[in-house]
Parts: sequence; structure tokens; C-alpha cells
Amino acid sequence: MTEIVTTPNIDRPDGFYSELLAAHEPLSKAESDAFNARLILLMANQIGDRAVLAQLLDAARPQD
Amino acid sequence: MTKLFEAPLYPYRRSPDQDAPAPVRHPVVVIGAGPVGLAMAIDLAQADVPVVVLDDNDRVSVGSRAICFSKRSLEIFDRLGCGDEITDKGVVWNVGKVFFGDRQVYDFNLLPEQGHKRPAFINLQQYYCELYLVERIRALQAEGKPVEIRGGNKVANLDARADHTLVTVETVEGAYNVEADWLIACDGAGSPSRRMLDLDFVGRVFEDNFLIADVIMKADFPTERWFWFDPPFNKDQSALLHKQPDGVWRIDLQLGWDIDKEKEKKPENVIPRLKEMLGPDVEFDLEWVSIYTFQCRRMEKFRHGRVIFAGDSAHQVSPFGARGANSGFQDADNLGWKLKLVLDGKAPDSLLDSYAFEREMAADENILQSSRSTDFITPKSEISRIFRDAVLDLSEHYAFARPLVNSGRLSVPCIYDRSPLNGPDVPGLPARTRPGSPAVDAPFGGAWLLEALGGGFKLLGLGIEVPETLELQGVTLAGINAPADSVSQEVRDRYLGDTAAAVYLIRPDQHVAARWASFEAAAVDAALARTLGKQGETR
Repeated sequence: MTEIVTTPNIDRPDGFYSELLAAHEPLSKAESDAFNARLILLMANQIGDRAVLAQLLDAARPQD
Repeated sequence: MTKLFEAPLYPYRRSPDQDAPAPVRHPVVVIGAGPVGLAMAIDLAQADVPVVVLDDNDRVSVGSRAICFSKRSLEIFDRLGCGDEITDKGVVWNVGKVFFGDRQVYDFNLLPEQGHKRPAFINLQQYYCELYLVERIRALQAEGKPVEIRGGNKVANLDARADHTLVTVETVEGAYNVEADWLIACDGAGSPSRRMLDLDFVGRVFEDNFLIADVIMKADFPTERWFWFDPPFNKDQSALLHKQPDGVWRIDLQLGWDIDKEKEKKPENVIPRLKEMLGPDVEFDLEWVSIYTFQCRRMEKFRHGRVIFAGDSAHQVSPFGARGANSGFQDADNLGWKLKLVLDGKAPDSLLDSYAFEREMAADENILQSSRSTDFITPKSEISRIFRDAVLDLSEHYAFARPLVNSGRLSVPCIYDRSPLNGPDVPGLPARTRPGSPAVDAPFGGAWLLEALGGGFKLLGLGIEVPETLELQGVTLAGINAPADSVSQEVRDRYLGDTAAAVYLIRPDQHVAARWASFEAAAVDAALARTLGKQGETR
């Protein structure tokens, strides 16, 4: 089974982070929520593998 | 023509049972002449099991009600001898449109899988289905089969005893009693039988109301299924438009739970809503309007001694996916052959526990599927609504999101994985025909595989010769042989995969009981014993 990547894997992370914030910049709270939901769905489809998605859902849960 | 439901089809007639000095005993009494009760009666009558159907009414149901009959139901009707009448009258559609808010987000063509005798489903008013089932019963009576429908016979009391049930029936000419070795309650979601026996009906996962209307369009209108999420004419709810025979369109408007039913049903409130839905230029007549209430729930057990529940009396689901009547026909399909074997003394009474096991499993699957549809159609939280709307927004531009849109997943028959009746499997054969699955239709010998299977136990030899008949465990097993080089590509894909040959044991309800890579009579005998409920515990 494919293990999820939890070590640094994003090329030039500061750039990605600012693009993420920039995408939300002009949006209201409701629009941002909708944007996030669309983004999650697009990313989930890109991944496709249900076992990987299940691990990601698990990893994203609030941790103590 | 659509006033069919005004004519009595099985009017009250005095039965000799009413003048008998003591209650007359019947092997099987079915309560309810709805689609499921009628299908049950046909299946038993075809097998020469005497059956009496009691119904307090005397005609088909009013209004369209169940309108979508799935391929598996049509295949069951074929086995019951009325598949052509029902399919020929039905409407087949392939194009659907999905609307979100005030816009169409996408359309689709179903392009059903090829190589099946019957389409994936048809649309047909429930009253036509009932009419053809009653006509089939009339034809069986003409052949001398032991079946009768007693209209105007209202069951007033049930007294469940160890080896039979005493049934008290009320008629216009007074009450009388009959005894039933086996009682099958097909008396609907509000089942008086269930209440009389003080049995549970747990669940209530969802509660909702639907305004359902049959309209006759005065001009051409496309034969398509239109589904709206959150349309302007029904804010925060859903709506569905479906074509039926005779130029009748069915409209379902979701209303939510806390509504004034009488007010919503008034034509002066319904017509403006429909005008908003269909557009100002579409002229129509409102033929029938009703409010339908659903909850998702099922009885904990479908069998209570000698009383067995089938159809909506045992389980109720949301309308999304057409899983009500369709699953009821599968109940009847599952029960008929088992009851026949038990009555003939060829299988232990415990075989009927497998009816409960398999159909409770199917009900759970239907409740799960229809609950998922309901969660999508009526989001229960802010975040679930955000995701639902995101899926619909994305579906307009990206194909990937369309399979996530859930306006009902069409009823497909349950695969009885884990059923105690299942025998051995062979690794590597196609998963869709594993033990517990309904046999998948395919072109076969110039006709269709399911036609060749019909009813009764069958041994299907694909590339392996099996005997023409086998007498095992007191039942006759008919062999069907197809040399490997003669089978259609569809049979190969659906039953063999990459394997050269296989032997399938098929139950009378056309579900696969077991399969092997070679023929050995002893192995077939053992699997058959298991399918007859003779080995081990069935629960």
C-alpha cells in the first residue's frame, strides 16, 4: 500500500503558501469555504487511491 | 385509460370458506394485493403451491406511486410470466439533466451495458404493474393453478400460533376465519399485520415529505429525467421530473418534514409551483396529486415463526434510487422457492431463516444507499452543504465530480456475500458472478442466459460437460451445457474471465449458489445441501 508523504515534499514551500493565501485573498468567508471544498475535491480526485485518501483523512484529524 | 384505478379488478365475492363449519386451512395466505403480494402469489402458484391473497380493496392503487422498475425486477417478471407486458408498456429513457439552483450543470447519457435482454430500468405507473400482475394471475387461474385474490377481504385480527396463524377477515357480509400454515404480510409500510402482532419497525433515520404529481403535458416534452438541487421554485429542497407512459409526467417535489400537508396539496398551491418549474409556456393538466411521507427503517427480523414479512411492511427507504418496490420483488423472489421446498418437506423450516438473513442484508444495503443519497440531496450540516454545493459547482465544468453527484443510486440487486447458503468459489473467476450474486444476463445460444436458467435449480456447465439431470437431495437439478467455443463474449467476460471453464450451481431465484473449476457430483451434492439449509446453522 502506498504510504502518504508526511515529510517535506513541496518545492519552494513559501511560494505555494503565498499562492494559497492569494487565492483566498479576494474571497468572503463563504466563498473561501466553497473554494476550500472545491480544492479538496480536486485534490482528492488527483490522488484517486482510496487507501491513500483514508490515510490523509486520518492524518488531518485533530491531534492531542 | 389512466382512470384504470377506478374499475374494480377483483371485486368481493363470497368464498366457500365463509360457509365452512370450521376455519379452512390454507398452505399460504398473502396479505395485500400490492405489487409484492401479487408477485409472491404468482411465484407460488406457478410452483403449484395453493395461495390465497387477501386485500381490503378491490382495485389497483391510485396514482402513479412506484414508477421506476429496475432490470432485476423485469427479469423477475420474466420468470413470473409477465415480463413482456410490463416492459413493453414502460418508457425507457437514457438522457438525464442535472440542475443546481437556476442553472443546468450537466447532462448525461446512461449508455447501459450491452448484452442484457432487459434495459437497466423502465418508468411505469405502479397501477399498470399491478394490472399486469393481476392479469397474469387470471391466466394462471385459467390454467387451473391454485391461486385466488379475495377483494373486499380486510384482515381484522391475527392470532399467531405454533404451527399456523388464525386469520380473522372482515367482509361486507360479515367476518370469517381462515387458518394459514404460512402467512406472508405484504401489506405495505403501514402494515396492519405488523401492528396486530405488536412487532417493531425501527429506524426513522430520515423523515421527509414529497409532493408527487402526475401531469399530462399538452405539447411535446422530452423523454428525459430532470433533477434539480435547490431550485428557485423549491428552495433548499429537490425536485424531479420523470416521463411515464400515456403522456404522463411525474413530478416529485421535496417538501421537508414540518409542513401543512392539506395546504400543500391544494391545486391553487401546486399549479403555480409547477408552472415555475416547467416554464411559463408549458401547458399541462394536473391529473393526480398526493403527499408521500417516508422514513428509513426496517423490522429487526423479517421472519416471526410462521409469519413472514415482505416488501414495505418489512422495510422502508427513501424514494431515491427506486429501492422500495424493486427490493420488494426481490423479497418475493427470494422467498418463493424456499417456501415451496419447506412445504414439500425437501428443506428444513430453518431455510426460511435464510430469507430473513439475505433480505435483511439487502434492506440494510438499500437503507445505506438511500441514506447517502438523502445526505447529498438534503445536507444535514453547514459543512455537508458546502461540500455538496462544491460537487455541483465542479460538476458543471469537470467530469470527475459527476459521479459524486447523488440524486439516487438506482436499485441493483443485493449480492448475498456471507449468506449461509453460499457454497464454494473459485479464485480468479469474475467477482460479479461470485456465490451470492444474482446471475448476470448475457446472450446465450441465440437467446438469453436468464431465459435458459428460468426457475428451478440449474447446473451450468461452461466448457465442462454436466449431466442433463441430476437427482440430488430430493430435488431435480437440470443441467445446461455450453461448450467453451460456443459461448458469447459476454458470457465469457461475466462468468469465465481468464479461466477456460467453470461449473455454476444456480438457485431457483437465479442467484449463484456455488461454482467450481470442474464437475464433481459429490461437491455439487454438498453445495446443494447447504443451499437447502441442511448444513450448519443458518443464522
